[in-house]
Amino acid sequence: MATWQQPEHDGEDRPPTPRSAACPRGITVVPNGPVLIEGPVEVAMPDGTTARSERVVVAVCTCLRSRRLPWCDTSHRARPRRTSARGE
Amino acid sequence: MTRGARTAVTDGDAPTGPHRPPALPTARGPVSKAVLDVLRQAPGSGVPPIGQAPDPWGEDAQLALYLCYELHYRDLPGVDAGWEWDPQLLALRARLEEAFLAALRTAVGDPGSVDLAMDAVLHPARGGPKGPSALLVERPDVERFREYVVHRSVFQLKEADPQALLIPRLAGRAKAAVVAVEFDEFGAGRAERVHARLYADLMRGLGLDDGCNAYLDRVPAPMLAVVNAMSLFGWHRRLRGMAAGHFAALEAGSSPGAARLADALALLGIDDPACTVFFTEHVEADAVHEQLMRREVLGGLLEDEPGAAADIAFGIRVSTLLDDRFGAHVREAWAAGRSSLRGGPLASLAAR
Ligand code: FES
Ligand SMILES: [Fe+2]
Ligand SMILES: [Fe+2]
Repeated sequence: MATWQQPEHDGEDRPPTPRSAACPRGITVVPNGPVLIEGPVEVAMPDGTTARSERVVVAVCTCLRSRRLPWCDTSHRARPRRTSARGE
Repeated sequence: MTRGARTAVTDGDAPTGPHRPPALPTARGPVSKAVLDVLRQAPGSGVPPIGQAPDPWGEDAQLALYLCYELHYRDLPGVDAGWEWDPQLLALRARLEEAFLAALRTAVGDPGSVDLAMDAVLHPARGGPKGPSALLVERPDVERFREYVVHRSVFQLKEADPQALLIPRLAGRAKAAVVAVEFDEFGAGRAERVHARLYADLMRGLGLDDGCNAYLDRVPAPMLAVVNAMSLFGWHRRLRGMAAGHFAALEAGSSPGAARLADALALLGIDDPACTVFFTEHVEADAVHEQLMRREVLGGLLEDEPGAAADIAFGIRVSTLLDDRFGAHVREAWAAGRSSLRGGPLASLAAR
């Protein structure tokens, strides 16, 4: 299984994604973007339903603009902000 | 094996397109004619000199290049697979590639930084000329939608195959991440989820022939250039930075376009999953793929090879350039009330 670490040079001052035997599930917070989680995942939705994704990596929307919640559909890009090619 | 359910939009006949004897495409000039002529012979029987290289953007050069690359991917009707590594044919291909790469370099100019090139993909200028997906949402038309699907079929039916060539050329986290993306492209272990297969389902759902290269004669140079660039970058290890940049741009640009095409289908009242899943899957998958490509593949490659930055930026710019050229071709044809395909409109869905 691949590891999904925060690149060291994304310009944000924050520790890299924890990766250890005690915390095997890698989660990466993309600034102004989704949260990347190693799949498969199940998301318990507020309406009581469960959204499931089998992907190796899943992008969960945090901006709540996605038309396919809980998944990111890149609608977060509409926000005016600075970007970096190697991570938002 | 039957590969798809009966669809909502096809009428009573079989879900596959009209059967036609598999045939090589028609030549579009002296070079593509020379290639087609030699492919009908036994490998090693010689390739005539082509003289002056043709216009790299033209129909003749793009078809000739496409045929040379196609030998790497699949059988061509009646062609001995031994041509794939025929030194004389490879030499001819090298001349076409050289001219194409030089034309791309001229058209791109200074590619600038990776970040700026990617920013242009992520945040296309508002009010710029509309691409096919935006035009199809603006004016939904099933025949135009089918045209668009026919164009893209020269790539989409082998989707992710040219990009798989990156795998042995990368290392570390770049390799791991590109494999994760490709795993998704190839259905994550499930044949019915392979993206190329979803595209075949879409084609049949729209009453189109999903056979490999069934519409090659119809697809013009601006679309062949899109897929030839992927092959050019993929089949040369020295161009791996371009391949990585191009793939990242492809993934980053895909979600919004797929969402528009899903909207266009909805506006057309087409809700058959055979048609919709290809697009809805890409909205979601490519939102993930974009992150993996940018953060891990480009990030990892730049860490391993800082000198790759210019090639990565160039690959990104080429993706944008060729999409824009293809978009302009389609837009101009549709604005003039013409078909954007070679040889005029397809047989309409209603007529099938
Ligand atoms: S985080 Fe990407 S759409 Fe919300
Ligand atoms: Fe895909
Ligand atoms: Fe993808």
